[in-house]
Amino acid sequence: MRGLILGFALNSHSQRITPRQMALSRFFSHKAAVISCLILLILTLFVILAPFTARYGVNQSVQLPPNSFLTPRANAWLGTDDIGRDLYSRLIYGVRVSLMIGLVSAIVSVTIGALVGAVAGFRGGRFDDIVMRITDLFLAFPFLVTLLIVRNVLGAISWIKPLTGEMNSVRFIIILFSIFGWMSVARIVRGQVLSLKEREFIEAARAVGASRRFIIRQHLIPNSIGPIMVSLTFSVVGAITGESTLAFFGYGPQAGEGATSLGILVGAAKGAVQTGYWWLAVFPCLTLVVISLSINFIGDALRDATDTQLDRGA
Amino acid sequence: MFRFILRRVAWSIPTLLIVTFLVYVALRVGTDPVESYKRSNARLTPEKIRQYIDSNGLDPNYVLGYFRWLKNFLTGDWPRSIKGSREVWPALKDAMANTLRLGIAATVVGVIFGLILGLVAVLRPGGRRDVLINSGAFLGISIPPYISAVLLQLLFAVYWQRWFGTSLFPTSGVYPAGHTGFDLFLMLKYMALPTIVVAIQIVATYSRYLRSSMLDVLNSDYMRTARSKGISERRILINHGMRNALIPIVTVAAIDFGAIVGGLIITENIFSYPGMGLYFLKSFGDGDFPLLMPWMVIIVLSILIFNLIADISYAWLDPRIRLE
Repeated sequence: MRGLILGFALNSHSQRITPRQMALSRFFSHKAAVISCLILLILTLFVILAPFTARYGVNQSVQLPPNSFLTPRANAWLGTDDIGRDLYSRLIYGVRVSLMIGLVSAIVSVTIGALVGAVAGFRGGRFDDIVMRITDLFLAFPFLVTLLIVRNVLGAISWIKPLTGEMNSVRFIIILFSIFGWMSVARIVRGQVLSLKEREFIEAARAVGASRRFIIRQHLIPNSIGPIMVSLTFSVVGAITGESTLAFFGYGPQAGEGATSLGILVGAAKGAVQTGYWWLAVFPCLTLVVISLSINFIGDALRDATDTQLDRGA
Repeated sequence: MFRFILRRVAWSIPTLLIVTFLVYVALRVGTDPVESYKRSNARLTPEKIRQYIDSNGLDPNYVLGYFRWLKNFLTGDWPRSIKGSREVWPALKDAMANTLRLGIAATVVGVIFGLILGLVAVLRPGGRRDVLINSGAFLGISIPPYISAVLLQLLFAVYWQRWFGTSLFPTSGVYPAGHTGFDLFLMLKYMALPTIVVAIQIVATYSRYLRSSMLDVLNSDYMRTARSKGISERRILINHGMRNALIPIVTVAAIDFGAIVGGLIITENIFSYPGMGLYFLKSFGDGDFPLLMPWMVIIVLSILIFNLIADISYAWLDPRIRLE
């Protein structure tokens, strides 16, 4: 980091480095984040190319007749589950579904959250009060409690059924996480906007008669892009671990015929403990930890990279 | 200060009412209490159903029903649970005691270790220890509690038994089945694994809190002044640094603790630890409205109370902050 700051100081004389380049170079100096990016890249490739990288189908058993609970071996690298399916292949297919859940619900919730947060922070007043009260309320409750109750309420309202689908569908889970995810994003963006609002360039824009919409779109959102990106990464992690949590308690998605999810696999780990089939517990859990650790590292590096006031020792 | 507290307390009453009303509606829409009553009790007379609706305030009109429920709740006339027709308060009280025991143990262990690690890390920012502790904290945050719980159970209970003949820690409950009376040693043994699982998260969070809070403090002017006065580095860190760095942490800790009362749902579930979280999951699964509502009231109350404590302690510890 010290070398980087020095490099920045040198570069600033030549005046050719843009803030974006600066942020990028800061990001790439964060070793853990770069490694995390690589890991995620490889993982994504594996997952996208699932038909080639997986050795068996999702519900295909390794041997015929099916032989359950095989320990890791040559024809089933990570062992098999209770009905003889290859854990390695199932993990690939499962991560595929989970990554999709994470990405889609994060994008939806960040979009909503950024807009609501920007408007709330900028307008202030009644709207701001109400939004912040609601988010306070939701975030104060134990996460799982709210999640389960909102899930049931959503499932019980019949007229939104065409939109949400069945309660254990992947679509339902995505909508559920989007309803939750926007709140923490909105608070972060609101905080950023509140501090930006007092800055000179916003005042200048207002002085020349820029409309509210213009200021939010042209100044506030672009200047909050750092925190928004950071909360995007944390939303992805939140949704992926959230899906696993729900699945762990038996409220998770049924990924449909011929599919699985990381949550389902992690959920199965609970049953594998007492019987001592360690591979069923260790590998899915490890995958989840690696994914969430990688994304967390990237989020951390993004925060360091985009925080312009950064002069923290490390 | 006194007026501030008074005003906040006065405000929290309408908040409590509004939130419990929302919860009431959400539970009625989400769990359909009458249906679940019929589901868990065969051969109900219409008379009994009417009585159930009456005592729980399950009026078709939500507002009216809510006030009926509130009246019964405040007068201590709590309906019995739909499953087994148990008294609600004793069950709730036991759950609360168990959760508080686990929560306090984990918080104390976690905060102490977290603060020590955070302090060690911040002594030389960017040093090897700092990197090590920081990465460890990252790992701790990235591991969801159910994963650490499953892995710990696998190691200390199942495989320990295979390797050494006896498991190191039991994996469920507070006492072995059939045990009566109080036994501290046994209790601690049963609490060990759940406490570790909860404490991992707390250690990770608090070491990071302290680190970033200390870094903010270390760069401030009064630290430089203290140094220039020639006070020993150690005293500067503890007396000037720690004291100021702890201010924001105290408030966070108060809010966190308020959340713990809501049960360490995931951990309690995995270890079958009979606390508030397990209480919720069970009664929610049954759609047991008479059990759920008092639980919700306790949760909302604890959130409000601990938020108030956080605000007050913040103002009290840091005279630079003025309330009003």
